[in-house]
Amino acid sequence: MTALLEVEDLRVAYGKIEAVKGISFTVEAGQVVTLIGTNGAGKTTTLRTLSGLLKPLAGRILFEGKPLTNIPAHKIVSLGLAHSPEGRHIFPRLTITENLLLGAYLRNDKAGIEKDVQRAYDLFPILGERRKQAAGTLSGGEQQMLAMGRAMMSQPKLLMLDEPSMGLSPIMMQKIMETIVELRASGTTILLVEQNAQAALSLADQGHVMEIGKIVLSGTGSDLLHDESVRKAYLGED
Amino acid sequence: MHELPQQLANGLILGAMYGLIAIGYTMVYGIIQLINFAHGEIFMIGGFGALTVSLWMPAGANLLAIVPLMIIGGVICSVAVSVAAERFAYRPLRNAPRLAPLITAIGLSLALQQAIWKWYPDATKDHPFPQFKGDAFNILGAHVQRGDLFVLISAPVCMIALGLFVSKTRAGRGMQATSQDPDTAKLMGINTDRIIVMAFAIGAAFAAVAAVAYGLKNGQIGFRMGFLMGLKAFTAAVLGGIGNIYGAMLGGVVLGVAESLATGYMSDVPGMELFGGGAWKDVWAFALLIIVLLLRPQGLLGERVADRA
Repeated sequence: MTALLEVEDLRVAYGKIEAVKGISFTVEAGQVVTLIGTNGAGKTTTLRTLSGLLKPLAGRILFEGKPLTNIPAHKIVSLGLAHSPEGRHIFPRLTITENLLLGAYLRNDKAGIEKDVQRAYDLFPILGERRKQAAGTLSGGEQQMLAMGRAMMSQPKLLMLDEPSMGLSPIMMQKIMETIVELRASGTTILLVEQNAQAALSLADQGHVMEIGKIVLSGTGSDLLHDESVRKAYLGED
Repeated sequence: MHELPQQLANGLILGAMYGLIAIGYTMVYGIIQLINFAHGEIFMIGGFGALTVSLWMPAGANLLAIVPLMIIGGVICSVAVSVAAERFAYRPLRNAPRLAPLITAIGLSLALQQAIWKWYPDATKDHPFPQFKGDAFNILGAHVQRGDLFVLISAPVCMIALGLFVSKTRAGRGMQATSQDPDTAKLMGINTDRIIVMAFAIGAAFAAVAAVAYGLKNGQIGFRMGFLMGLKAFTAAVLGGIGNIYGAMLGGVVLGVAESLATGYMSDVPGMELFGGGAWKDVWAFALLIIVLLLRPQGLLGERVADRA
């Protein structure tokens, strides 16, 4: 069986500075795979390359066996790959409903879209209560919910979440992590990028530790969670 | 000619024209933060396109029947030139420093002006534009020439159509998304290049409608007409809050009415006798811009930058 996503020796540079220096990993359908690591490790760069916002220097990206590297960003989402970007990037002057509808920009099944908007409101009731409100007026956690809900609107085969817990209160973070568990239970494949290694590893099937552009350690979520070097470097234990 | 209704009507006619042109500045700026200084020339080219169509018509044809064809001709010329400018002049500079496309726009403006001057037959002189014959209408105490009715009808129609397009259609939502966050818009599956072309095309089409209005009002057009009208329309766009389509129309009307009132009444203000009349109207228009920018830098309907965080 081929993996849903295969990344092979991927290298990405900003000008002359190489941010991702040859990484390889796979994501199987139904899994939650996480990339953890500190700032500047190349995690966000990796996701932005997968969704076509950045062009790789070298390497292969296969999604369902098809190469993605020469497909423009706006066509990648139609293949089934959704990206909820770092910093949430909701459209601040559009309403919550409009933001969700933009997530379904390429879909033409009106009834299905309406059903999925409703599903987003069921998943995040607060969004349903404020559907006519400009998204820029939401709190950070609510904006994160909206960004995730919006990404789900394209009915992705693979959902990529970049730092969903960033800047959130512990309660809000808890809620977001619970949602990821719920999404996985409903069969969504997730590629999760996090600085919060503890939270990410405890719900991931597979984890990869990135350091300055390279994957330095890989394993199952619980293996990494109990790995001594990971505990020292990322979980703040001596 | 001091009656208030007349001055207001004149201001509204002029302002509607400014507003139609200002839409082009504001839409392009809203999406790619480019001040398209060649837009005044897009307006001028629309005028020449419409004029050319009118010259193909049999003598004695009813002008009312010809005007729609003139609009179509003008729109085709303006849109074609504007879309070509985007594709070949601006798009290659999309990721260049901001100054590069700006200077390109100024160069393009000069080049288009000179191209018409050189290649349009007899363009070194002003060309007469078809005129509606007949007496002026009396509307609420103001004399409104038949040709001026054109802009008073077409500007609101264009504006309402654009408002509906932007808020109700999928492409319109895509346009708003692209202007707020282009990278994230791509992640939604929006072809942002196509949205940018659309913004240039809509702006050009509105400029062509404004050019027909200009010709019908002034009775003649010339290759230089885009400069001052473009500058005024740009002023209107900034006045209304650049990036905001309703602001562009509001800015246009405010500017037109202010110009008209200053022309009519400034000489009645004690101590300002010297500064009334048509010769000073541009001074008052730009003085208004300066005052608004001092008091409200984002323009009348502009969004606070903090919203973008």
